[in-house]
Formats: sequence, structure tokens, C-alpha cells
Amino acid sequence: MQTEIIIAGFGGQGVLFAGQVMAYAAMDAGREVTWIPSYGPEMRGGTANCTVIIADEEIGSPLVLNPRAAIALNLPSLEKYEPLVVPGGVLVANASLVNRPPLRTDIESVFIPANGIAEELGNRRLLNMVALGALLAKLPVLSLDEINKALEDHLPERHKKYLELNKQALQRGAEFALQTVA
Amino acid sequence: MPKELLKGNVAMAEAAVRAGVEAYFGYPITPQTELLEWMSERLPALGRTFLQAESEVAAINMLYGAACTGARVMTSSSSPGISLMMEGLSYIAGTEVPVVLIDVMRGGPGLGNIAPSQGDYNQIVHGGGHGDYHPIVLAPSSIQEAIDFTVLAFDLAEKYRTIAFVIADGNIGQMMEPAELPPMRPLRTEYPEWAVRGAMGREHHFLSSIYIDPKDEEVTNYRLMQVWNRIQANEVRYREYYIEDAELVVVGFGTAGRISLSAVRNARAQGLKVGLFRPITLSPYPFKELEEISQHAKKILVVEMNSGQMLEDVQRAVKGRIPVEFYGRMGGMVPFPDEVLAEILRIQQEEIPLDGDPRQRWMERFAPIINWKN
Repeated sequence: MQTEIIIAGFGGQGVLFAGQVMAYAAMDAGREVTWIPSYGPEMRGGTANCTVIIADEEIGSPLVLNPRAAIALNLPSLEKYEPLVVPGGVLVANASLVNRPPLRTDIESVFIPANGIAEELGNRRLLNMVALGALLAKLPVLSLDEINKALEDHLPERHKKYLELNKQALQRGAEFALQTVA
Repeated sequence: MPKELLKGNVAMAEAAVRAGVEAYFGYPITPQTELLEWMSERLPALGRTFLQAESEVAAINMLYGAACTGARVMTSSSSPGISLMMEGLSYIAGTEVPVVLIDVMRGGPGLGNIAPSQGDYNQIVHGGGHGDYHPIVLAPSSIQEAIDFTVLAFDLAEKYRTIAFVIADGNIGQMMEPAELPPMRPLRTEYPEWAVRGAMGREHHFLSSIYIDPKDEEVTNYRLMQVWNRIQANEVRYREYYIEDAELVVVGFGTAGRISLSAVRNARAQGLKVGLFRPITLSPYPFKELEEISQHAKKILVVEMNSGQMLEDVQRAVKGRIPVEFYGRMGGMVPFPDEVLAEILRIQQEEIPLDGDPRQRWMERFAPIINWKN
């Protein structure tokens, strides 16, 4: 039994870090986990993505064609990954940068204004944690508590001042997702 | 040691540090650069030697010189950089000094790209520099194995006075997984009796790969082969999954091996008797173990991220006893488990001929699928 999550967006949106936070939380919970980024000749503003797999046994392929869940932080990522999520899976899209409704009806979709919520919290860069909070509200692979603990234990010292804001962002994302009827 | 979330390149570098590497020489190249970067910070801080050479040609010859002093030394690179090192590597083999190399393989031939590949199999396992020599080649498929095999590579290189390779690919280099690093070994204080470290008050040692008289070179070649025979007899390593009752056995190493594991598990979930054989030492190759498998299994599928380089070693082990099929992706393309599963399902149902060329059959099946447009 394994859960695959693809997180995708523009470089600079915190795509890779959001995946690493999940990987840390999974490791601390004693689960098997892989985190793998796309690492082509990328540049700032280009696309970036990572795949996280969380499992209870040795993980085979670190990449999958059809993930259980996807976070799409921009339109190109939505176009690419919405069709690939397995039926019954979860899709979180950043409604702040996506000008269309979901197309799939056989998956659970949360279109969340992640930029807007992050700006309300006072820092646009929190959008990745807003989206991650929304995902975890719909995909019970890790709890928010486990993610919060991972942030406490693994956030680099120079970023510790953002710890509480990150937790709030996760919480706001989760609340939004739970209020949304897909 | 507690588990840490580690990126493959960093994990291999720190493993080498903990194994007591005294000097590192290298030149940056993607997807391996984080390894060199980590060494550039760690080794000077520990009072050891990090040297960024002006090229891979320089790096391998620095490695050669340092190895002659009996120091624990290594270099790392990715495919095109490893190609540049081949002349120096042959000199190292001829001089019988231990070195460790890590090749984080990328798409080729030529400059190719920076995506993961297994295209260097023949170069590292069967070829490389000129002359008669055999390196030890270890193929990790996870970050933990990348750590463990880096440490093992130093021990084997020194035990046999030979070259030990760890061959990974861009996936292993860039991926993060929880893994446990070994404790820090103290640096050695004694050096091998053959080392060239100054001859004050004793007979001088002489290390060279030049044997002008062919009679002497033949003796050296014979000695190299004696060592290789000991390595073949003692150092074969591999891992088996669901082999006991398997009718179809998938054979793959490194990243292709773990991708195949996903496919094998899915096939098992559908009730199919499928197993996985994952060679860990590509040199020495587990010929005997695969031969035994071919006496019980009905079919074999080889999966690689190249055009079927290890396939020929599998065929050598199977000796035509049972049909062998091949599935590969090339040039930096990485197969998804679904592709391997589709092959497993096809092979289970179809009659596969004993004769003919599995690579030709694969090319015919593959032609309509390959993306010709882009």
C-alpha cells in the first residue's frame, strides 16, 4: 500500500520544499518515503515538480505515471496533472492562478485561492503550505500535527521565525478544504 | 545512527567521508555536482584534501598519484566526465593501486543530457580503459545502498588493490530517502607496505604500469587475473524478491531494478507468479545464481535504462535454456512501472521463442510507441 503525491508549479513557489516537509514527516512517523524532483535545466519562473511516495514497505519506483494526489500551483501544472490523478484521488489547484473550474468529476478537487490566503497571512510565499494543508485535509496520509512537528524539527534555523506562520497557513488551507464541497 | 532524509549525491559523499577518504579530486558535472560540492565543504573542514581539478583528465591522474601513496582516495563524475578518465583508469589498473570512482550516469552518447540513464554499463563493466583488467562494479538502487556500497567500495578496492566503481544514475543522485549513515571511522595511521611515501632508510618501492618486456607484462596480466578470480569467487552480491515460486523472473539493476519491483508487486497482486532478481555487483556478475534461476523459472524479462547492455550477460548465464525478453528505455528516458507490468502481462500470455534476438523483438515492439515527433 503506497500513496503518491505530485506537487507542481513555477520555480519559486516552494514546490520542492512542500514535498520535503511531507518526506520529513513521513520519515519521522517511521514510514518509507521517497522524494524526487524534476531536475532538468530548470530556471527561475520555469516549471518545477516533485514526486513524494509514502508507503509501509520498501518503495519500488520513485516515479509514477498516475499519482493518488496532485497539487497544481499554476495552470500548466493543472493541465498536465489533472488528467493523471487516479480515479477517486485528490487534486488541489491554486485558484489564484487558475482561471477555470475542475474538469474531472471522478476525483475530489479543491480549488483554493492559495496566493490570496497567503497574502492575508502577510506572506505570499506561504502559498505552498496553504495548498499542502488543503491536500492533507482530503488525503489522510499524514496529519497536520505530523507536518507541524516536521516543520519544528527540520526547518532550518534561519527560517524558524516563519514557523508559526507556516502552521497557520497549513491550518487555513485545511479549513478551506473542509468547507468546500467538491 | 538515526535515519536522516538524504539526497543521493550528498549521501554518497558523506559516506565516503565517514569511510575515511583522505583525498578527493574531481570536476563538476550534472547530475553529480552535489557530491563534489559536499566534499568541497567537508574535506577542508576536516583537514583532508579536496581538489577541484582543471578537467577530468587531470582529476584521474591526481587520483592515480595520490593512490600510489597508499591514501584512501576517490573521484566522482557523470558519464562524459568518466569517459575522459579512461586512460588514467587503465594506468591505475596496470599499477595495481586501489581507487574508488562514482559514476552518476546520464543520457548519452556524446554530451547527451542530464537525465538518468544506465548507458555506461558496457563501458564500466566490460570496457573502459585499454588492456586486460576488471574493476569491481556496485549498483545501488536506494539511498541506503548508495551509502553502504560507497563504504564497501573502499574496503574492496583496498582488499584487492583494484578499482571499485559505484554506478548510480541521475535518479539516485537527485532522490531523497531516509537512510542511516555509518559512524565516522578514524583515519588510517598505517599505510600499505607497497605505498610510495618516501624511502628514507629502506629499499625504495616502485609503482608503475610500464612493463617494457612483454614477458613481465604477461606476468602482471596473469597476476591481475588471479586477483580477478578471487574477486569472482568471493564478492558476488545480488538481491532476490519473490523468487521461490516465480515462473517469470524480471532482471534489472539500480533504478531499473526498483522500478521493476513495483511492477512485480502489481503482478503478484494479480496472482501472477513473478519475481525479481536484482544484481548488486555488476562486476563480478552473478552468473551462477542466474543460471540456477534459469533451471527453475520458465521465462526471463530483462529491464534496463539502455538498449540491452546487461541483457547479453543474462543471456550468457541462461545459456538458451529458457526464453529471454528485453524491455528498455534509452537516452535519459525512465520507464514507469506500468510499462514493465504491461510487458510482464504480455510475456505471461505469449509464447516467447527460445531463439532469435530479444533486442530485435523489443525494437519492433517499441518502434510504434517511441516519440518520433519531438
